[in-house]
Amino acid sequence: MTSSSDARGARTAGVGTDEARGGNAPDPYASARETTEGRVYTVTGGDFQEVLAGSGDPIDDERMVLNMGPQHPSTHGVLRLVLELEGETVTQTRLVIGYLHTGIEKNTEYRTWTQAVTFLTRADYLSPIFNETAYSMAVEKLLGIEAPERATLLRVMLMEINRVSSHWVWFATGGMEIGALTAMTNGFRAREWCLDVLELITGLRMNHAYVRPGGVAQDLPPGAVEEIRSWLDKMRREAHDLEKLLTGQPIWQARLKDVGFIDVPGALSLGVTGPLLRASGLPWDLRKTQPYCGYETYDFDVPTSDRGDCWARYEVRLAEIRESLKIVEQVLERLEPGPIMVADRKIAWPAQLALGPDGLGNSLDHVKKIMGQSMEALIHHFKLVTEGFRVPPGQVYTVVESPRGELGAHVVSDGGTRPFRVHLREPSFINLQAVPALTEGGLIADVIAAVASVDPVMGGVDR
Amino acid sequence: MTDPSSGPDSGGALPDQRRPAPTEAGPGVVKRGSFGANGSGDTSGFGGLVRRPWSPAPAERPYGEPFDEVTDALVAAYPGSGEAITKVVVDRGELTFHVRREHLVDLCRTLRDDPGLRFELCSSVSGVDYLGTPDRLHSVYHLTSMTYRRRLRLEVSVSTEDPHVPSVTSVYPTADWQERETYDMFGIVYDGHPALTRILMPDDWDGFPQRKDYPLGGVPVEYKGAMIPPPDERRSYT
Repeated sequence: MTSSSDARGARTAGVGTDEARGGNAPDPYASARETTEGRVYTVTGGDFQEVLAGSGDPIDDERMVLNMGPQHPSTHGVLRLVLELEGETVTQTRLVIGYLHTGIEKNTEYRTWTQAVTFLTRADYLSPIFNETAYSMAVEKLLGIEAPERATLLRVMLMEINRVSSHWVWFATGGMEIGALTAMTNGFRAREWCLDVLELITGLRMNHAYVRPGGVAQDLPPGAVEEIRSWLDKMRREAHDLEKLLTGQPIWQARLKDVGFIDVPGALSLGVTGPLLRASGLPWDLRKTQPYCGYETYDFDVPTSDRGDCWARYEVRLAEIRESLKIVEQVLERLEPGPIMVADRKIAWPAQLALGPDGLGNSLDHVKKIMGQSMEALIHHFKLVTEGFRVPPGQVYTVVESPRGELGAHVVSDGGTRPFRVHLREPSFINLQAVPALTEGGLIADVIAAVASVDPVMGGVDR
Repeated sequence: MTDPSSGPDSGGALPDQRRPAPTEAGPGVVKRGSFGANGSGDTSGFGGLVRRPWSPAPAERPYGEPFDEVTDALVAAYPGSGEAITKVVVDRGELTFHVRREHLVDLCRTLRDDPGLRFELCSSVSGVDYLGTPDRLHSVYHLTSMTYRRRLRLEVSVSTEDPHVPSVTSVYPTADWQERETYDMFGIVYDGHPALTRILMPDDWDGFPQRKDYPLGGVPVEYKGAMIPPPDERRSYT
């Protein structure tokens, strides 16, 4: 096995192995020298003169290969684009990913079914609640159990709050990438308010690990409902302000309209789902078409557009924020006291939490009981947390509509206390495949707008 | 929790969607013990635990709707379906066809184009490594019919010695990156793929990280005086 430092060394050099290039052929983009560790390539940049001198007069031959990223403020994360340019026109786009690969799927195979949530929430870090819910629904389906009513309502509410916060980040980063800096400051400010609400409920701004197999980690804290209501008002105002700020703005229109086009057949063959597909004209939203978590009982619309360009995606996402707010409001009306975790004590993690002097912890009453009164409860608590529960063998595939499209969890159990295999069908990963279709033949400046409109989150792409 | 060892359905009643499908003894690795307590004079009893490998039992007609409808439509539309499909599994409300690799691409094309099937979207391609079984590498396809709002799983199994599966990119272009990822992680070689290279791991990486016999890696860490071993070397309860 190659050690990871070697592998990283070869990666920074950026260009395959000797065999791939056919032996000792000189590389036009990197000078090479022999060392005791093998051949080392140096990519320094600033070598336009030399590179162009090799391929003739730059005025005759305007073909240029431009490397954008992986660390570039406009590539929406550690995404590397290799663009072949003819003047300012992009003739070929190739994407290089994997810079954020952390082996989340493999890691879950060495943790219990409940601990896996803590890893998966970090995959697409802008929509953690969706990752958790997709996985928890898969485990529940394998177990043949169902989360209690209140837990499902809380899941729906948190998913929609999360969808709003994710779309705000899209406005913020997408706006920043094409130069609309007020969209960025407004977007991140609005997102911060979403994170405040999520923090109030889950205890963490991001990477919540709040949705667990069997229910959710804890109930709403006192005062949460009032807090969410005032958040709803704030969000409506923010959406209104942002629309007033951007929709009529000539530069925003010029950058987005008729840029990055894809139609429905193209999107379907490339597997593109979510706002991109809806902006092309197909009202495919899993909350409506294959409802889960009781979404069929909520009153909301699926915004679509038939333009198929970046502008349509802007309109669809803005409208989706408003629809999500409608759903959150309906959840608040339905919330009734009840259990938030399945009654089966062999599955439900001990979640008796209370706010201690040093932050969140197990409630003192619970600790007093298991340490002082009930040895069985202590053993049970210990076994459940260290060993976990067993899940009957089989495999399931559950889907939720994440802010980026169909998020699927393919979970396989071999009957043990750990997942045998967890695979996330990540919409960012799949949707990124559409970038060549969106950008080739367009101008290089439009590449930025097109990539931004896909809204890839590299944590989810690379997992 | 439902009992995983419930016997096969009797009397042709429609299977309860929520109940796990019956399993049968399959080839594979018998797991013994817990806490790594093998041959150590362990008296706790955990060393005596034995867990046998399993495989899902083939479903019997009727599968329950809409699975019968899908199967009938496929049998009618694809002449070689009897040979192509080696096993049908209905488990937890999901339909799985185990497919011979020679038929995979034609089968996918029929599933996509036939008016009674219309699985337009290939949702997911991934791999699973059932270490210890003869054809341990499984390539798993999740297809979605947007017209009929149904889902279907195809499974192709190959061995590590001959890990070749035909690529479905000619039918579902979206499988491009997903097949690259499955190749990257499991070493399944998709014949006919336009550019089957590593996608998440570095280009020159050796081995296939998500195979079950590939170590997780990690180093022991000291915590309050105790050495905590890396996760794959910690005591195992399974």
